[in-house]
Amino acid sequence: MALLNIEVDGQTTQVESGRTVMDAARQLGIKIPHFCYHRKLSIAANCRMCLVQVEKAPKPLPACATPAAEGMKVSTHSEYAVNAQKAVMEFLLVNHPLDCPICDQGGECKLQDMSVGYGGGASRFKEEKRVVANKDLGPLIATDMTRCILCTRCVRFGQEIAGIMELGVGGRGEHSEILAFVDQTVDSEISGNAIDLCPVGALTSKPFRYSARSWELTQHDSIGAHDGLGSNVVVQVKQNTKVMRVLPNNNDDVNECWLSDRDRFSYEGLNSADRLTTPLIKENGQWVEATWVEALQIVADAFNKIKDVQGADALGALVSPNSTLEELYLAQKLLRDLGSHHIDHRVRQSDFSLDAVQTNIPWLGLPVAQWPELKSCLIIGSSLRAEQPLLAVRLREAVRNGAQINLINPFVDDLAMPVAHQLVGTPSQLPGLLAEVLQAVAALQNVTVSAALQPLMSHAPSAVAQGIAESLVNNSSCALFLGCLAQHHEAYGTLYAVTVELARILKAPFGVLGEAANSVGAVLAGAVPHRGPLGTHNAPGLDAQAMLSSPRKAYLVMGLEPELDCANPAAALAALKGADFVVALSAFRGQTPNWASVILPVAPFTETAGTFISMEGRVQSFKGAVAPQGQARPAWKVLRVLGNLLELQGYDFESVDDIRAELSHDLKALTKNSLGNELAAAPALKVRASLGTIERIGEVPVYQTDALVRRSPSLQASRLGSTVEVQINSALASRLNLKCGQNVRVRQGQGVAHLVLRVNDAVPDGSARVPVGHPLTAQLNDANGVVSLEGAS
Amino acid sequence: MSLLSPQSIQRIDHEIAKYPADQKRSAVMSALRIAQEQHGWLPRELMASVAEHLELPAIAVFEVASFYEMYNLKPMGRHKLTVCTNVPCALSGADHFCESLKKKLGIGFNEVTADGEFSLKEGQCFGACGDAPVLLVNNHTMHSFMTEEKLDALLKELKS
Ligand code: SF4
Ligand code: FES
Ligand code: FES
Repeated sequence: MALLNIEVDGQTTQVESGRTVMDAARQLGIKIPHFCYHRKLSIAANCRMCLVQVEKAPKPLPACATPAAEGMKVSTHSEYAVNAQKAVMEFLLVNHPLDCPICDQGGECKLQDMSVGYGGGASRFKEEKRVVANKDLGPLIATDMTRCILCTRCVRFGQEIAGIMELGVGGRGEHSEILAFVDQTVDSEISGNAIDLCPVGALTSKPFRYSARSWELTQHDSIGAHDGLGSNVVVQVKQNTKVMRVLPNNNDDVNECWLSDRDRFSYEGLNSADRLTTPLIKENGQWVEATWVEALQIVADAFNKIKDVQGADALGALVSPNSTLEELYLAQKLLRDLGSHHIDHRVRQSDFSLDAVQTNIPWLGLPVAQWPELKSCLIIGSSLRAEQPLLAVRLREAVRNGAQINLINPFVDDLAMPVAHQLVGTPSQLPGLLAEVLQAVAALQNVTVSAALQPLMSHAPSAVAQGIAESLVNNSSCALFLGCLAQHHEAYGTLYAVTVELARILKAPFGVLGEAANSVGAVLAGAVPHRGPLGTHNAPGLDAQAMLSSPRKAYLVMGLEPELDCANPAAALAALKGADFVVALSAFRGQTPNWASVILPVAPFTETAGTFISMEGRVQSFKGAVAPQGQARPAWKVLRVLGNLLELQGYDFESVDDIRAELSHDLKALTKNSLGNELAAAPALKVRASLGTIERIGEVPVYQTDALVRRSPSLQASRLGSTVEVQINSALASRLNLKCGQNVRVRQGQGVAHLVLRVNDAVPDGSARVPVGHPLTAQLNDANGVVSLEGAS
Repeated sequence: MSLLSPQSIQRIDHEIAKYPADQKRSAVMSALRIAQEQHGWLPRELMASVAEHLELPAIAVFEVASFYEMYNLKPMGRHKLTVCTNVPCALSGADHFCESLKKKLGIGFNEVTADGEFSLKEGQCFGACGDAPVLLVNNHTMHSFMTEEKLDALLKELKS
């Protein structure tokens, strides 16, 4: 690309042709005032704030929309330029209300800042200002539309980044206003970014509204705790005691300047009334508050007793993959020091056949920042926008660069971007569908599929499978990813093995989309039965499912709500209730009193120091932003004391740094060397016909991923959070004589769930989308099983 | 459920065919015109149907419908009279003309007469300044060099 020489304010630089004056200035570190320009959005050039003087141009030009030219001389702060900027400022302020004292944006408003620099001391405008009616955009975004300067950043964000245009400019001229389509709210899973983008106080955070001023807040860098991306965030705290809001921290390698609504608004749960603030023990069947000493001693005594009488084999631990590396490390250390390998964080998984053949830590397979360069990709089993909102943003960028997106899913998914091919079948059909693609790819490449997978090669590839194969074969930079629906699938090992083979033939990277903040870190720390912190070992313990199907006598449960977080809530509750002793380490009360013997209040991620390892293997440590509430304590401290009480050796950690140091002195190198998606051998394949009439598609709703998210009232009130329904297609609905919108009873095993029925032809015949992780479906059992449906009044 | 009649859909498809296959959205103005001819005005659901047919976000259709004066976002009288009030027309007496029109019909701009026969709208330059002042009936019939006499005759004719 040709380089152009350009001079800005006397400094020279070179930019590629096609770049703008704004780009050149930014490159030189020169700030040009602007409102509508945003480096991640298209150019609108409608605010005119960026007017600059260009030599030989007859009038001031907008820097954001003026292409750089060879030999161009630009002055951004000459008298001529500043006069133009001041004139624009005066126009912008003509209709802007003078309500900064009651505006939430005050103190972090671009218009306020800029008017200090370029605005007049008094207004010459004597006429009436315009007034624009506010809009109800839902529970996340508050509006004061009179303040809007019509920069259209929010509109372009929807079109270009979120992939759905939910806001637009209605009316014309002086009557223009930003609005959603009649009576609609903004429902995108990343809608909150519009708040950050809005340069004025027109769009502000509804949960945060009127609760603090930006200058009262202290800033604490942290990491998003609800998906595997490891979004960089800043936690803002008032008076050192209360988390008031969470905003993105820019990191172009990870989340860029964006944040998912889940990571942005989940903080509301931190201050939930359901927080546990004292240890609780049971006395004569009643829950009573206890001191830490009492409670921990009960736990130590119980564990010792059960170990002495029943052996260490009777002990098991289920831990949340959203726990920190240090917490997970200590939890497994404790269990293993007691003599048990029964520890697992993969509570939603139901097929563990890979454990025997995978020595390294499964990861994303390709750094996030490289996603936009993909030319083709195949995503297997993922409701991507719910699972990984910001990976979907990266893919949208890839699509803009010409990539083809291919999906294999148990329903037609709307990714809010063009999708080249979607192969859809009931859950039990997915391995077969993926095998069709493998068969087609092998044929195109003229290679034979490895013998181990031959049993799957029975169907002739469908036209769609052929299309996917061609898309993958014809585009050199392609990649394959297994989403959460695949990871939770009852034949995950088979799906994985086929993916490995596809990747081998295509010579393409492949990986798994990390479900939780520490899915990779949990394996590294050894919170899995088959692998300790130093690698695999020969005496694997019981996995998350086996620990429930052959129940233990005592459990340690950390950070989980088993009735919502486990693949089979009914089995989980039965095992826990049947145990002699269960200690719950939890930030929230929730249902813990129903299954725990002792409840220990532990700190959520904002109240403890720790480390998350993202799905791309990025090791990110953070510090606590506030002190733990009440008597809650960081889980690592609780586990340390417990280790001491159990008289185990080597539990004298002073800080999380000590724990990390014990794990490794170079965590980054250890992580790098431990990542690997290859298999040592093919796992046992699971091939089977349809499960029965109505197969359950058990997906985790976007705002039900973990205990904290479940306690954010605003997320729950949003349309994505409040819509809980069972979905079946119209053919099945008419066979069952059910109507869209009616109440139905969903039965599975002994359990019943009452839900509203939505008829949706995106769901394949013979299956039903019945969410997991939601209180309304907590009575049901296997996320992968069969269900029956009947009408209810 | 699309609220567009089969005839409207046929006409819209005819418009869509004038543009490249991946640029259906170019037909949005014609589609809204056709929808309005079908229904008299553009209720929310009808705009949603247009959006669905053109595979556009509903708000993108609303942007267009609310931008142009000729689209009716509220029910209108059987005869919609739009008077140009921009400078050349104003200089040629559009202001006075509007006042007498309002008096004669007993309504203001954007209102409908009680009998549902007429409504009045303020228009922007019709590109016929040479004929000023101008008046448009139901978006389609232009009346030039308007005078009181011509107006009386027109109202009489429309009422019958
Ligand atoms: S609401 Fe904010 S972001 Fe949207 S156009 Fe108005 S000022 Fe710009
Ligand atoms: S920033 Fe250039 S016109 Fe708005
Ligand atoms: S000003 Fe009335 S037609 Fe142009």
